[in-house]
Amino acid sequence: MTTPATNPPVSPSADYEYGFHDDVEALVKLPKGLSREVVNTISDIKDEPSWMRKLRLKALDHFNARPMPEWGGDLSDIDFDDIHYYVRATDRDESSWEDVPDYIKDTYDKLGIPEAEKQGLLAGVGAQYDSEVVYHNIREDLEEKGVLFLGTDQALREYPDLVQEYFTTVIPPNDNKFAALNTAVWSGGSFIYVPPGVTVDIPLQAYFRINSEDMGQFERTLIIADEGAQVHYVEGCTAPIYSSDSLHSAVVEIVCKPGSNVRYTTIQNWSNNVYNLVTKRATAYQDAVMTWVDGNLGSKLTMKYPAVYLMEPGAHGEVLSIASAGQGQQLDAGAKIVHAAPNTTSVITSKSLSMDGGRSSYRGLLKVYDGADGCRSNVRCDALMLDEHSRSDTYPVMEIDEKRVDIGHEATVSKVGDEQLFYLMARGLSEAEATKMIVNGFVEPIIKSLPLEYAVEMNRLIELQMDGAIG
Amino acid sequence: MPPPLFEIDTLQVAVEDKQIVNGLSLTLRPGEVHAIMGPNGSGKSTLANSLMGHPRYRITGGDILLQGESVVDMPPDERARAGLFLAFQYPTDIPGVSMINFLRRAMSARRGEEIPVREFRQVLNEVLGRLQMDEQFVRRYVNDGFSGGEKKRAEILQLGLLQPLVAVMDETDSGLDIDALRIVSEGINTFHSDENAILLITHYQRILRYVQPDHVHVLIDGQIVESGDASLAERLERDGYEPFMERTKEGVLSS
Repeated sequence: MTTPATNPPVSPSADYEYGFHDDVEALVKLPKGLSREVVNTISDIKDEPSWMRKLRLKALDHFNARPMPEWGGDLSDIDFDDIHYYVRATDRDESSWEDVPDYIKDTYDKLGIPEAEKQGLLAGVGAQYDSEVVYHNIREDLEEKGVLFLGTDQALREYPDLVQEYFTTVIPPNDNKFAALNTAVWSGGSFIYVPPGVTVDIPLQAYFRINSEDMGQFERTLIIADEGAQVHYVEGCTAPIYSSDSLHSAVVEIVCKPGSNVRYTTIQNWSNNVYNLVTKRATAYQDAVMTWVDGNLGSKLTMKYPAVYLMEPGAHGEVLSIASAGQGQQLDAGAKIVHAAPNTTSVITSKSLSMDGGRSSYRGLLKVYDGADGCRSNVRCDALMLDEHSRSDTYPVMEIDEKRVDIGHEATVSKVGDEQLFYLMARGLSEAEATKMIVNGFVEPIIKSLPLEYAVEMNRLIELQMDGAIG
Repeated sequence: MPPPLFEIDTLQVAVEDKQIVNGLSLTLRPGEVHAIMGPNGSGKSTLANSLMGHPRYRITGGDILLQGESVVDMPPDERARAGLFLAFQYPTDIPGVSMINFLRRAMSARRGEEIPVREFRQVLNEVLGRLQMDEQFVRRYVNDGFSGGEKKRAEILQLGLLQPLVAVMDETDSGLDIDALRIVSEGINTFHSDENAILLITHYQRILRYVQPDHVHVLIDGQIVESGDASLAERLERDGYEPFMERTKEGVLSS
């Protein structure tokens, strides 16, 4: 069952600094292709309760029954028979960094992850390498307060009832083709439970890394913030550059109980050969606040629309997203907010950049149900193109079935303006420096909502991409 | 007489296919203040923008020399680093970019090296104080949501920080109330020294009460039709541009 990963990577692009990969034999690597047998094998390896196995098999049927989506990006090149659905590099999920195998540790060292934990910037850290979580740790005081932060597989073993109570309650197995796929073959991901009234004061972070070629990563994250709880979770993603494509298809479910406050921040920087097709959704109950902060760089094609379902009065949902598409990339990202109760509020702020022939789109849905009176929502999506051969589109859809609501919407598509460039250049800034400054200003409203070190990183990544595009 | 600091030599400028500046010549020596006055549509803004190198304004003939070196083939940023400055009539807003970040980058560009934070702070606070501007002002985004007066003050702030050799002021007095006009004028006067030269481009004479010009030129249809001392500005104020309009036609015909 074990096959060595021998295919050499294509030469790493100068623009993508995480394009290296580890040349190691995986401990377990299922043969390519998807079948009931593969699903059963994954369930066997994980020694799961039977309800989970049944759920996986049911989801596989949904996946097979559903047609490929024909909107968004072109998915026709994805060959589901040419993907490894499960690759495990190590047989343990360590809670001590010292015990993580050296080559994996080296990878994360290069990515700067343990450093941030050492410096006390994080309340807990998780790391997933291919299909399995290899490391999880949480600050002791939080653990004592009953905060759970562990791999979803481990949570299923240690807290099966808690997992069963919430799993697939936010995103059902048949929600869409890729959510069905994830439910069938999921592995890894983070599980977080924050007890009533507990505040996790600094972020919990997870780091997702695809190492193997022709690999599918299907992590499954479940976050439950109990009444009045507060938590901020941050995830980062990278992958090596191979000549063939990888698939990342995650599902993230979040339950925000009354009065809770959850913020979920993603800094995605996949290499340009990753299909990134992710379903993220939260339900927010009475007076709860849910915020998605979504930074999308890299990938070949991203389709991702973080959603908030506002289920009870006073709930607030917010999506802040940046997408930056460079050469050979299509980022179809956006947001979905559903007002299902009166007096709920929402804000969507989206900034998309396209350069060097890249294509970025904002795709959003704002839905207000009949009877959800007194709702307020503000949608703002801006697109900026750096050159003539890049492309930007916005597809803002609004379905408003209630009259007594206050909805604001503003969308702009612009090019880096000649007058702005001239103004900055008239003060001595080179054209490249002036362009960077204009772009930094454009994304500033989102960047400033990130924790400082992520804001710095995001700015750095955008500049790196621009260096490739404008020289 | 010191050598010229800035020379405009039979300059011709076109916007799209329309010729706007028709063979204009002017010489500025160190320490001098020149005022170019002209009615609407005489080519004032075209002249100002083309001196700085705006890509929309095409130089079709003549030359522009800064310290004897031609700048017409230089992009705007090189001209700026060489010591040329344009105070914009309509400064562009750049949302999301803070004034303080922008000013520090601009100062570093002008110097050719990164300006140390401490020194930057010191110079910034000094110039802000002189212009009676609050320190919080530089936390705002570049020209974003500024009132007309704030925009002009921000231009003078940049003038004071960048210390150019030649400052072209494009209708800096327009849209200012009398108090703002006085402060802005004081800013220009403080900047002015024996080392630099100022070219004030204006429609009205009122800023010239505060900033004394050594030479006044009348611009009609892209040409200088009359030059004189400060008293020429007073004549214009009294008689208007009308008496000079006729000469234009002759000028254009004879060119």
